[in-house]
Amino acid sequence: MPEHSLKAVTPLGHAAPHAETFGPITIAEVTDVALASVAARQGRAADVAAAAKRIGLDLPPPGRHAAGTPCSAFWMGPEMWMVEAPFSTHEDVVAALKPAFGDAASLTEQTDAWARLRVTGADLPRLFERLCNADLARAEAGHAIRTTIEHLGAFLLVRSAAEIDVLAARSSAGSMHHALVAAAKSAF
Amino acid sequence: MTQPNRVSGGLIDRARTLSFTFDGKPYQGHAGDTLASALLANGVRLMGRSFKYHRPRGPISAGSDEPNALVELRTGARQEPNTRATVVELFDGLSAQSQNRWPSLAFDALAINDRLSPFFAAGFYYKTFMWPAAFWEKLYEPMIRRAAGLGSLSRLPDPDVYDKGFLHCDILVIGAGPSGLAAALSAGRSGARVILADEDFRIGGRLNAETHGVGGMAGADWAAQAVAELAGLANVRVMARTTVLGAFDHGIYGAVERVSDHVPVPAEGKPRQILWRIYARRTILAAGATERMIAFENNDRPGIMLAGAMRAYANRWGAAAGRRVAVFTNNDEGLRTAADLRAKGLEIAAVIDSRKGEEVTGSAGRLGLRAVTVRDGSGRTRTVECDALGVSGGWNPNLHLTSHHRGKPVWDEAIAAFVPGPGGPAGLLPVGAAAGHLTTHGALRTGAEAAAAALADLGHRPAAFDLPEAEDAPVRVTPKWHVPGKGRAWVDPQNDVTVKDVKLAHQEGFRSVEHLKRYTTLGMATDQGKSGNVLGLAVMAEMTGRSIPETGTTIYRPPYTPVAMGALAGRSREKEFKPTRLTPSHKWAAEQGAVFVEVGMWLRAQWFPKPGETHWRQSVDREVLATRASVGICDVTTLGKIDIQGRDAGAFLDRVYANTFSSLPVGKVRYGLMLREDGIVMDDGTTARLAEDEWVMTTTTANAVPVFRHLEFCRQCLWPDLDVQLISTTEAWAQYSVAGPNARRLLEKVVDQDISDAAFPYMACANITVCGGLRARLFRISFSGELAYEIAVPTRYGDAMIRALMAAGEEFGAVAYGTEALGVMRVEKGHVAGNELNGQSTALNMGLGKMVSRKKDAIGMVLAQREGMVAEGGLRLVGVKPVDPSQPLTAGSHFIAAGKPATAAHDDGWLTSVVHSPHLGHSIALGYLRNGTARLGERLRAVNLLKKTEVEVEIVSPHFFDPEGERLRA
Repeated sequence: MPEHSLKAVTPLGHAAPHAETFGPITIAEVTDVALASVAARQGRAADVAAAAKRIGLDLPPPGRHAAGTPCSAFWMGPEMWMVEAPFSTHEDVVAALKPAFGDAASLTEQTDAWARLRVTGADLPRLFERLCNADLARAEAGHAIRTTIEHLGAFLLVRSAAEIDVLAARSSAGSMHHALVAAAKSAF
Repeated sequence: MTQPNRVSGGLIDRARTLSFTFDGKPYQGHAGDTLASALLANGVRLMGRSFKYHRPRGPISAGSDEPNALVELRTGARQEPNTRATVVELFDGLSAQSQNRWPSLAFDALAINDRLSPFFAAGFYYKTFMWPAAFWEKLYEPMIRRAAGLGSLSRLPDPDVYDKGFLHCDILVIGAGPSGLAAALSAGRSGARVILADEDFRIGGRLNAETHGVGGMAGADWAAQAVAELAGLANVRVMARTTVLGAFDHGIYGAVERVSDHVPVPAEGKPRQILWRIYARRTILAAGATERMIAFENNDRPGIMLAGAMRAYANRWGAAAGRRVAVFTNNDEGLRTAADLRAKGLEIAAVIDSRKGEEVTGSAGRLGLRAVTVRDGSGRTRTVECDALGVSGGWNPNLHLTSHHRGKPVWDEAIAAFVPGPGGPAGLLPVGAAAGHLTTHGALRTGAEAAAAALADLGHRPAAFDLPEAEDAPVRVTPKWHVPGKGRAWVDPQNDVTVKDVKLAHQEGFRSVEHLKRYTTLGMATDQGKSGNVLGLAVMAEMTGRSIPETGTTIYRPPYTPVAMGALAGRSREKEFKPTRLTPSHKWAAEQGAVFVEVGMWLRAQWFPKPGETHWRQSVDREVLATRASVGICDVTTLGKIDIQGRDAGAFLDRVYANTFSSLPVGKVRYGLMLREDGIVMDDGTTARLAEDEWVMTTTTANAVPVFRHLEFCRQCLWPDLDVQLISTTEAWAQYSVAGPNARRLLEKVVDQDISDAAFPYMACANITVCGGLRARLFRISFSGELAYEIAVPTRYGDAMIRALMAAGEEFGAVAYGTEALGVMRVEKGHVAGNELNGQSTALNMGLGKMVSRKKDAIGMVLAQREGMVAEGGLRLVGVKPVDPSQPLTAGSHFIAAGKPATAAHDDGWLTSVVHSPHLGHSIALGYLRNGTARLGERLRAVNLLKKTEVEVEIVSPHFFDPEGERLRA
């Protein structure tokens, strides 16, 4: 990336990602993931799938996240996915992905539209049962759940039984963080 | 300290002594006590005063059905009125006060009401306080409320937090008595996900209160063993202190878990209670049954209680209601009660069995029972000295939840009670006493059977469950509802409803059960009719000469027991009532001391006060003047941004906007007007074409979500044939407006490309870079009427960008301006905003009629042409200024012609937006005026009847400032 003089801040307004531990739960900002929405142009779903395969990505079905290197993806809507890529190499994520997808898909930069709060710890269902109606006891690694937490729309990306990424609108990162912290203090 | 009525045994921990106070007097109890059991053990029978007549009352029950023993629990901000002493778990330091009495519980001045009772019979208020009508709210109601018995509120904010949560299970078991435990064991052993919820703090239900054995051991021991087994199963969640309060749609149940009610103060960060929403595939209702009273004269004295409650106090809590006890029954439980109490060393004064022709006809004792009068079969009466009387009129199954979906209970003659009928919530299976199976064996059997049926239904293999041996004595009850007499016999002690009140209701024609309830207040308030409803119904049936089922039944509604408002609110209170959205420049703006305003969930800077500015107008005037004189910067990130891509994106925009977009060249922006299907303006904003097939639409802040939803609807449902993809990018970009004559010179310092007027003319847009290479977007658009740009960078750089812009602007005296200055400048320019886009106005009303293209079809085109909407002389947007510049205008004022009365008939329109223009030095306004375009120069009155203002105004063009738009093209 070209050098520029602007310094990024995290969704919670810090210079570096903020992490804090509450009993067995750690809640940490993750800012090193670039995001782009990939929506198939009309009639081009097969081309999009093929293009994704060429960059090592199996586009997942509804409710799922597919991990890959360097790109991962989760399902967002009919023929629409959110592709994740390392921020350090893919900051201009649309420019980076455009060659692969060409005119088969509409790509939109979404990196800073979202705040990603990584929640780690044992017994995460006990935490999230105070936040949303997702049945996490039944969720496995690779599940991507659309839900609401304290009136805020969110994705829960289940990375493992002990790690869940919460994606919420960046502008309300503070409210989401407050909800997670309050629940962690309450449940443990 | 002695506990004179403490007897042997029980499930209390005598090694742990707890101190508490009632009405300031210190007492001691033990861990495992309730407030009621501890008070009884201390010889305190009088615990409250009745609602209407202030009669002395003690507990009649040992559970959540308690109508009498209501207290104010705790002190200070945690003071909680109307708490049932029978379910309050005793803790060290507990403080309770009696309520509805003055000056003291033993001497209550308002007990005079009891002497005046003939005046306070059912319907008294309705008949008496009718005239004059105005007196009701100011005099009668406050007076009645003062006299009527509700506890008092602290009026302080609740210091505790409450959570909400969500649980999922295959089988929810409500109630953990013998039937619930059998169901939970049976389901739990099979591997199904089970939640077992019980309102009590000790699991076991009646097994803890009776001396019946189960499987060769004491019932309480069997319950403890079952709980231990369930606790060891990972698939089972046992939730004590958890009341399932209602059945809702699709197998959803509400439950309140009292996490910290049994401790003085919740632990740091811990909730007081949690309101759970439980998603259950099947539900087993094992809620047990509630014993009922027999009505006889003065059957409400402290010391008179239900026989089952008396056994519970003795067997579970080692507490006696009195030392010399009588029992009045219409079934086989009388002798059992006598046997249990005798085993505790209490003296049995008499067992009066109505089936033998005996009955209790009255009682004596001012603040507590001293004696009862008994009439035998031959009509002879005798007085029986006793300080406690246990009464059993049979049992009513706790079928409440089965009627939450309008399921109607049916009458079961065998037990003389209503049992759950068909038509309740789908997937809800009543078992045990809740289903009318009143023996321990029946409870265990039906619990296990229901679990097996539910498991089979869900595809689980039921595990083996050998029914333990338990009593199965047939229930023999002969209905006895009330003992006829002259005095008052209480049907519903909670609302002071007597047999006479029911008779009066009948006599006055209120014979339907629903009318009876409302006329007498039978079954209302905290106990929700648990103790009195069936009895009231039975008395009414007797009056009408019909059977009980013919007379009717009442339908129970949620909640099963009272729920604290805090639990319903959860975390949504005060600052966290709703989420907050912060703009990318928020931190910087806060550092500048900005005053913020809520715009939906957003917090936006309203103005930026500088030292010495004492009034908001000083700040706003300065921001406006500085922007127009040099340059100002405003965070406009909150405006909705929608990325629109696809081969047919241009055609799509032509259909959703009233004006044409497909012809817009790449690199250009156009202002667009979006109509609703009915032709009314929905939203406005600009849309930029960044590439052949990529557009970015902006919406107003308020309509960001509605417009996005509308576009998705159009795309998915109206025109699925178009190749269009949409996604919101509002949050992805931090966007700032840079406006004023020096805007270009400022931006040239941060933008890496040529943005001269030739290279980047008015209404241009481009992907650019800033500050040495950061990707950004630049739009040359203006809301203020100045030479203006909007510059967008990825949000994470938004904080750095505002700092960079302000630093670059320092040499020009750049100011930050807030939403107020933004509003002033747009009114000066005559731009419409939320006040004009009011959901009632058309493009024609706004003076934007020419924007509606007739060359193409778009949403709203047809209905916008309706006769009334295009009629000559309709409302038109105008500018308004006071004739006397020193007079301020008031928004919302209506136009009234000179000499006409200020009535709706002479209403000519209204002022939509009013600001003070620092340039003109007076108030200016926009307004909708009938036939406004033709009335420029006319003088009218702007009348505001609410604010009582009237100003003579002149109608002018809405473009107060730079009407030719020379500045923005500079």
